Amino acid sequence: MTQILLGAISLGILWSIMTIGVYITYRILDIADLSVEGTLPLGAAVACSMIVKGANPYLASFCALLVGCLAGLCTGVLHTKLKIPALLSGILTMIALYSINLRIMGAPNLSILRMNTVFRPLTRAGMTGSVAIIVVGGICALVVITLLYWFFGTELGSAIRATGNNQKMVRAQGINTDTMKILGLVISNGLVGLSGAMIAQSQNFADVQMGTGSIVIGLASLIIGEVLVGGKGFYRRLVALILGAVVYRLIIALVLELGMNPNDLKLFTAITVALALWLPQGKELLRTFKKSLAKEGK
Amino acid sequence: MLQVENLTKVFNRGTVNEKTALSAVSLRLDPGDFITVIGGNGAGKSTLLNSVAGVFPVDGGRILLDGHDVTRLSEHRRAQYLGRVFQDPMMGTAADMNIEENLALAYRRGQHRTLKWGVTGAERAKYKELLRELDLGLENRMTDKVGLLSGGQRQALTLLMATLKAPKLLLLDEHTAALDPKTAAKVLSLTQKLIEENHLTTLMVTHNMHDAIRLGNRLIMMNEGKIAVEISGAQKQSLHRADLIALFEKSGGALENDRMLLS
Repeated sequence: MTQILLGAISLGILWSIMTIGVYITYRILDIADLSVEGTLPLGAAVACSMIVKGANPYLASFCALLVGCLAGLCTGVLHTKLKIPALLSGILTMIALYSINLRIMGAPNLSILRMNTVFRPLTRAGMTGSVAIIVVGGICALVVITLLYWFFGTELGSAIRATGNNQKMVRAQGINTDTMKILGLVISNGLVGLSGAMIAQSQNFADVQMGTGSIVIGLASLIIGEVLVGGKGFYRRLVALILGAVVYRLIIALVLELGMNPNDLKLFTAITVALALWLPQGKELLRTFKKSLAKEGK
Repeated sequence: MLQVENLTKVFNRGTVNEKTALSAVSLRLDPGDFITVIGGNGAGKSTLLNSVAGVFPVDGGRILLDGHDVTRLSEHRRAQYLGRVFQDPMMGTAADMNIEENLALAYRRGQHRTLKWGVTGAERAKYKELLRELDLGLENRMTDKVGLLSGGQRQALTLLMATLKAPKLLLLDEHTAALDPKTAAKVLSLTQKLIEENHLTTLMVTHNMHDAIRLGNRLIMMNEGKIAVEISGAQKQSLHRADLIALFEKSGGALENDRMLLS
């Protein structure tokens, strides 16, 4: 049982970095960016293929982040310069990355079993796999949210936040909204690439399919985090994302433990997210329904 | 300060909905000029303002701001010269950001955004002082999200933002039209105050004849994409609504069934 719990928490922490990426596009920029479904395996592919060739795993993870940024740049340029709707731009990048990921790995999957990973120094020092992942992933996630907290407080970060809010106003203040959107997509996809690299190292392989449904997982984690923590404060909201990603994995572990067929997981997640996204309207609907009932009662 | 030469804008060119919104309009504003622009629906008032702001490319003519040809400059590049307030009070501010963050965005209008802090301590003190002058109690709500403010408060804040870094030209696009009469009057007197204090060159679109006559040193009336009537100086001082309507009709404009008459 402890094993299952630790496994779920460690996986949640690695996915939280991806969730933070989704948060930047979905909540800050107000763009549903599907390219992450390709960027996650892209990060995994870049990291694993570098590790296979004997590269330092930390360097490999950093390169995964940079290549993820490039993918975000692609989506950003498609969206702002070619004026393709954001959703479609993301889908185009995602599809293109499928081929690119196969090229990078040379096969649909790539094993790095018994090779060096970012978690290796800790497991060699005697930690179990899950604990090592929690420590390394946790440090990484904390560094990421601290950097983002600082960044979104700067002039540039404020300009990106405002762009997600009111583009007309932002242009009137002399800010290029296209550049801000591209920048946001670059940062977001960089984080997703890094997350993919770490997930692959935790499971000792990269798979071209591993990004399927990741946007939905990211959204589910984001919403769970918002519901659980809520409240004001940007740092608080970022911490909520980590918590949300972990709780999501715990819920998944629980339903699997209760006997759900693993093949039904994605359906389960999709329904959960659909319900959660509907929740605000649902509450409103329920309120008016109750009101009309009360009126009739009189 | 602003020079507009033969400005032409056609919407939906080549379709059944083709509409010439501006037809060879020329206009010149000297430093300190405060022009009110009036006209019926579809007369081209907002198109003129939006063309100057660079919201869309124009089909002909030139726009010069402070001696610089900005005709081909994108909207965000022109922003360094312009302060803008929109008709919709929601349009001028970022709702999910707080008051001081909004002011800080405006304080850096036309500057490169860097990795320095978005709002500094010294700025906060300055903003607090300016907000106190608005007399809306906003100086104690600087970390409140702008989305929590009323339409009038947001419009007053937008005005402050537009003038925070003195613009070469202030563009007001029916900025009180969406407010209730009492709030509108407040925002208008604030507008006057800010313009006078900062000696701003201003172009104000309005559909309110009374305001158009009362405010500013020049008045233009537009009709079908052209400037139909232009009045300034002493003639404007002694102008009455009836005179304006007569002038307008003499120039060939039709005033029937228009909200301009009702105001």
